[in-house]
Amino acid sequence: MDWKRFGFIALIIVVLFGTVVMIGQVKQPPVLIITSMLATTIAVATPLALGALSGVYCERAGVVNIGIEGMMLTSAFFGWLGAIYMYHIFKIPPSISIVLGVMFAILTGMLMALLHAALSITFKVDQIIGGTVINILAVGLTGFLNRQLFFGATSVFKGSVPSSPGVLPTIHVPLTEIFTSVCGTSASCLENLAAINRVFDQKPIAISAILLVFFSHYVLFNTRWGLRTRAVGEHPKAADTVGINVIKMRYANVLIGGMFAGLAGAYFTIESVPSFEPLLTNGRGFISLAAMIFGNWTPIGAWAASLVFGASQALLINMQIFRDVIPPQWSFLQESYIVGLTPYILTMFILTGIIGKTTPPAADGVPYEK
Amino acid sequence: MQEEKQSNSLIKQILQTISDNSLVPFLAILTAVVVGGVIIAFVGGNPILAYRGLIEGSFGSTKALSETAVWATPYIFAGLAVALAFKGGLFNIGAEGQLAVGAVASSLIGYALPEWLGYDLPAIIHLPLAVLFGVLMGGLWAAIVGWLKAYTGGHEVINTIMMNYIALNTTSFLLNGVMKDRSPTNVIARTPLIADSARIPPIFDGLRVHWGFILALLVAFGIWWLLNKTTVGFQIRTVGLNPDAAKYAGINVKRIIILTMALSGMLAGLAGTIEVTGLNYRHELGFSIGYGYDAIAIALLGKSHPLGVVLSAFLFAAMRNGATRMQFLTQMPVDLISMIQAFILLFVAADAIVRYIYRIKSKGERVVLTRGWGG
Repeated sequence: MDWKRFGFIALIIVVLFGTVVMIGQVKQPPVLIITSMLATTIAVATPLALGALSGVYCERAGVVNIGIEGMMLTSAFFGWLGAIYMYHIFKIPPSISIVLGVMFAILTGMLMALLHAALSITFKVDQIIGGTVINILAVGLTGFLNRQLFFGATSVFKGSVPSSPGVLPTIHVPLTEIFTSVCGTSASCLENLAAINRVFDQKPIAISAILLVFFSHYVLFNTRWGLRTRAVGEHPKAADTVGINVIKMRYANVLIGGMFAGLAGAYFTIESVPSFEPLLTNGRGFISLAAMIFGNWTPIGAWAASLVFGASQALLINMQIFRDVIPPQWSFLQESYIVGLTPYILTMFILTGIIGKTTPPAADGVPYEK
Repeated sequence: MQEEKQSNSLIKQILQTISDNSLVPFLAILTAVVVGGVIIAFVGGNPILAYRGLIEGSFGSTKALSETAVWATPYIFAGLAVALAFKGGLFNIGAEGQLAVGAVASSLIGYALPEWLGYDLPAIIHLPLAVLFGVLMGGLWAAIVGWLKAYTGGHEVINTIMMNYIALNTTSFLLNGVMKDRSPTNVIARTPLIADSARIPPIFDGLRVHWGFILALLVAFGIWWLLNKTTVGFQIRTVGLNPDAAKYAGINVKRIIILTMALSGMLAGLAGTIEVTGLNYRHELGFSIGYGYDAIAIALLGKSHPLGVVLSAFLFAAMRNGATRMQFLTQMPVDLISMIQAFILLFVAADAIVRYIYRIKSKGERVVLTRGWGG
């Protein structure tokens, strides 16, 4: 990850934030806009960052994973479903049901990853086709069960979707409380402090995503496990010769990747909103792959890239808030369909390699044959 | 005499090809049907009744047969689109977007051209214009991805998916805005009805199956001919098998990549166009959703061979069409079909699993699409 790349990321984020500040400043002070946008950016970048991490683990070990989208979708569904079952059928308190729901989501991601691993490592199916199978299976499975389990003749819920036990709570970081003395009695200082505090008040999955980014970076580049993973992805034959079990390493990393995709799925239905709808992942699995590529297959780079997409989503949300103060010459910003194109166009732009070529692991996508 | 012999051997050849290539797909379907049956039983349904409903609903009457053909028409075009790209070593996940773009483009010509000109056009000019414009726009939509692949290396898998979302957003924008049906009772994002002169007539009175179905069969034959009997087809297949070898053989690989994507997009665009001009007479938002994945499944099940694509398109069409009857008989939701189709695809893609279950030896051929990534 070179500086040019980080510079580009910073530039795009500044442009996106600048647009909102420019339009919204008649309604809200810039500090408030910037901090609230930062908070949104970090929150909505969560599934992208986790998805990108999932991709990094798989591809560093030499398995292309285009099925992240499908893994996220199934995990979102089963995590949510698990929480509902725990709460309504087993009468477990809501807070514990929610945590169990997250566990179900991670487990689901792992099981889907196991299927992908079996297809691509053991059966040596073309990995892009294998990933597509995962995606299609996810759409079919969640669509069918979402109807059958609630509206089917034998449904325990008898034709209605019960309310989910809720979403994960926001964790308050007591910055305001700690730094109150710095401000003294200045009211504007206190206000700014409260605004900045909002950036850090995130939900558990968002916080763990950031921690996992740095943890993964350390694991991949500073531990024996990481070295072996990369060896298997770059030159499996050489790795095999020095006694590394290529098949085992690949399976392990794809399963870890599945857990990350599962956590990303939990974000949608357990952290963001307490409901599920078909196709709710809406291409974010694929966008996270683009983030992974732009981040040059490194966790920190991928995270930085997913912040760009988070910022473009924050732009979309804010354009709705400031809809009535958009000046006439910027009227196209009123159209959510047009503003909504930003992440997709950014993805395609990034993939052109204009910002600098990236190098995938040498054995990425190649099944290992002894 | 000589000719008769030749045509005889041709038929033999075709039959041989079918039996060589259809064993694994057939067993994959069989396995998926069994797995699907187990799932139906597991969620409290009657598998026999469900499958009876499927068959009755899709082949049980003249009307059912006609409806199956109606469903099969866009499936054949879209399946061919993905299959052609596969032959050229490209994975087009964007059939859905190209289809939507084609449908929007031809409905625009269909309803707006007479208004712009101020007089009605004869069908012999209006219909071809509407179809051609849809086809061209679909082709252009995909060609962008082809160009990006050829000149920047941006991977077509992610780019076609991004283009799907761009197409969906853009069509939402158009169908909720300038192209929206302004009739007072309408609240849906859809275009006005196209003029009579831009409509494909039905083949039989009282049945919905239209000449677009015959066109689909002709186009399937045309694609087979293109791939196997022309220089361009040979170049497409060579680039698909080994781009490096193609380059050394003097083929302009970049041009062929763009051409393959454009042709693929044109076929997908045709799927959307024919649905507008032959069946719905307008484009409605959300109609295109799901076609992209179905098209991939159809192309893989048909082993990217045009004849295989036609047959698998029929199977998928029959399942979609029979689903309503199945739901009526067993109260199983229509979504069950998507799941059975996903299992078919799973077993076809991972033919190693099928070969393992039924102990069939592999011939050692393998589809290779994963060749480097982005950047």
